[in-house]
Amino acid sequence: MASVTLLRTKGLSRQFGGLKAVNDVNFAIREGEIRALIGPNGAGKTTFVSLLSGRIAPSAGSIEFLGNDITARPAHKRVRDGIAYTFQITSIYPMLSVFDNVALSAQSALQRSPGAKPAVIAAKAKEALEHVGLSDRLRDRAGTMSYGHQRLLEVAMGLALEPKLLILDEPTQGLSDGEIENFCRLVKEISRSATVLLIEHNMPVVMKLADTITVLNHGEILAEGSPENIRANAAVQAAYLGTG
Amino acid sequence: MAFGPFLLLATLEGLLQAAVLTLTALGLSLVFGVMRVVNVAHGEFYMLGAVFAWWVASMFGMHPAVGFFVALIVSPIIVGAIAFASERLILKRLNYDPESTIVATIGMLYIIQQTTLLTYGPDARPVPAPFYYRIQLPWFGYSGYNLFVIVAAIVMLVAVWFVLSRTRLGLIMRATQFDRETAQAFGIPIERVYAFVFAAGAMLAAIAAVLIVPIRQAHYLMGLDPLLLSFIVVILGGLGSLRGTVVAALLIGLSDGIISVFFSPTLAKMISTLLVALVLVFKPEGLFGAKAR
Amino acid sequence: MTASRTMRVIALHVAVLAALFLVQFVLPDYHYLAMTRVMVLAIYAMGYNMLFGYTGLLSLGHAMFFAAGLYGAGMTAYYTDLGVPLAFLIGICCGALLSLIIGLVALRTTGVAFMIVTMMFGQVAYLTITYFTDYTRGEEGLTMPASARNFDFLGLHVDLTNAVLRYNLALALLAITLFVILILVRGPMGRVLIAIRENEPRTLMLGFDTFRTKLGALVVSGTISAMAGAAYGLLFAYIGASFASIQYSIEALLFTLLGGAGTVLGPLLGSILMFYMIDIASEYTAAYLLVTGVALVLLVLFFPKGILGTIRERWLPWLP
Repeated sequence: MASVTLLRTKGLSRQFGGLKAVNDVNFAIREGEIRALIGPNGAGKTTFVSLLSGRIAPSAGSIEFLGNDITARPAHKRVRDGIAYTFQITSIYPMLSVFDNVALSAQSALQRSPGAKPAVIAAKAKEALEHVGLSDRLRDRAGTMSYGHQRLLEVAMGLALEPKLLILDEPTQGLSDGEIENFCRLVKEISRSATVLLIEHNMPVVMKLADTITVLNHGEILAEGSPENIRANAAVQAAYLGTG
Repeated sequence: MAFGPFLLLATLEGLLQAAVLTLTALGLSLVFGVMRVVNVAHGEFYMLGAVFAWWVASMFGMHPAVGFFVALIVSPIIVGAIAFASERLILKRLNYDPESTIVATIGMLYIIQQTTLLTYGPDARPVPAPFYYRIQLPWFGYSGYNLFVIVAAIVMLVAVWFVLSRTRLGLIMRATQFDRETAQAFGIPIERVYAFVFAAGAMLAAIAAVLIVPIRQAHYLMGLDPLLLSFIVVILGGLGSLRGTVVAALLIGLSDGIISVFFSPTLAKMISTLLVALVLVFKPEGLFGAKAR
Repeated sequence: MTASRTMRVIALHVAVLAALFLVQFVLPDYHYLAMTRVMVLAIYAMGYNMLFGYTGLLSLGHAMFFAAGLYGAGMTAYYTDLGVPLAFLIGICCGALLSLIIGLVALRTTGVAFMIVTMMFGQVAYLTITYFTDYTRGEEGLTMPASARNFDFLGLHVDLTNAVLRYNLALALLAITLFVILILVRGPMGRVLIAIRENEPRTLMLGFDTFRTKLGALVVSGTISAMAGAAYGLLFAYIGASFASIQYSIEALLFTLLGGAGTVLGPLLGSILMFYMIDIASEYTAAYLLVTGVALVLLVLFFPKGILGTIRERWLPWLP
């Protein structure tokens, strides 16, 4: 497997007033890996992935995706390029059916090939739902499902976008142990077709899934390496113990 | 008339307009600021203030001043009660959802206006001024009552300012405006504050109307122009900003007389409405207000 | 499953149109004319519903689009000899252009600000018409000349004073609008519109250009409303400033709310019911707008989904 750089940031920064939420971050992610982004609360993780997905604009620095500069590209176009983002706080269409939720994603993915038939959209949507194990809930109203199922739906929506890079923002938050195990299997499976960038607090999950871990603290990269390296890193331990 | 005296007269007329407009717009601004409710029926509370003033004044046949000053107390109270009731019966049930409340207040506008047409009738009726006194300036005579309106409005403004910035009630209102959830957590009875604010906003409009009704007349359609002008003032002043509201009302009131000298009233309205819409699109925090939180 | 659903939907709409076609043979004269008007107003409300019901954008200035069609068509027919069919087209184009311009500006706002901005633009449109009173005759309005009532088109003689022709022209336009909207809202665009209504930030992050989609919805909505206006002016031979007033904007909202926002047939049902309610009230009192006010408050308080919206929720989930 050739290690092609999928996404790279150079000097990426974002300030809110005087606060440097993300400060001069040089970051690269290879195609096909599962990367975990960890760090104490307020380390700038969500701000960082929001910059990647285009939800907020950087104050300085640049973002490259597959060799193209996408720094100024609007969010919806980045999604079409293949950067999918799942929200930290579940963001689905509660009043629409489970199927329609995912069909919207499938439809978006097919914007790249115009004139797609409704049948193709339906097939893609069902495939994604099967992936996460929700194919028996097609007609249910999304808002009536349990929290765990809503998170799975959120992932299915990300999958149906057929992304090259799937950004998952704290996907296991609020899930039960059984659901988490199921979820880890799912992420492993997804990583066969897409690169995964995972923000996660649950350390066992991170250690189990990640190929590489990037630690963010005070908006800067504190450490980067394999799970074993990070586990042994004194600075990381200090950051976690020091700021809780 | 020479230019100097002409300008003085225009300024006095502008100040009168600004005084009434400030009070009316302040009511709208207060309601929006604290409750986040855009009250499209605000102009109708103004109209009701004038109509009830006529009603009260016509019951007291004695000296016009008795009727007027009774009206100045009674009319805002009745209007406040109507506003209070409609807040309890309608806005509260909508949970203050911004879009639903606009639709509901549009409905209230029609209900109030058309009920007035049914009962009070389509005629414009005068209310006698409490006193007639002409101040003789070297160039022209000027109605003392007009000056009284300006002074009364300033007194009201100071009173509102005092309540908002120096009393516990004002503190509660500001806390509610700043952060509804936190205020509630601190035991502030949000619902009662809302009902009170909505009634107080309507009463400010009613007071403005009682003050102006001896100069203009009471008519069931008289609420529409103040509504539009108040919107303009509140948007220019920055939604929910009281200081901005006062500055904008002064500016609009003073310039209104001058603009209509140079342009046809329709063209003036056209251009000002268009400009204000553009302000709302491109500079939603208003021209004079502090940036909204 | 979906095929049978599609058949059911088509059957329902064809049945409604067939009923409107058949009812003309039994309607007395007064109601014949009234229903002609109602059908044109229903087109206006259906256009409004595209924006309010499906996209979730509440405009308080839609009368400006109706008026753009009304005046675009009416002024052309009155002042030029381009002919009625061309005047009709020009009216529609005026509405399309106006809605594009308004959309580019107003869609930078959302929620309450959007409502107020559209209301103000609507007011500017109204004032513009009254300002150019030399040409438009303001509130008093213009009555179409005889040349716009009787003309030849593609070798056929068209007599717009003929009530039967007017009724069926209105019905034909209604049918076209109905099916255009049906195709739009059941297609990919409709799905995105509803997604924007339900959760706009998410829709953006699913890769949809929400601004452009909303702009598209506004232009479709404004153009349909303008077509209703153009048809109204030409069929009933009168254009006046009151059609641009804020009250006309609110009527579109009221028709849509009553029938059911976000249902294809709702605005039609709402237009019929509300038109007759106001019509009956105005026989008794000059304060007939009281009905409008009471209806708005009651609907928003107790019946926010409207008639067909409630029916869809309770009994007929397949209703588009």
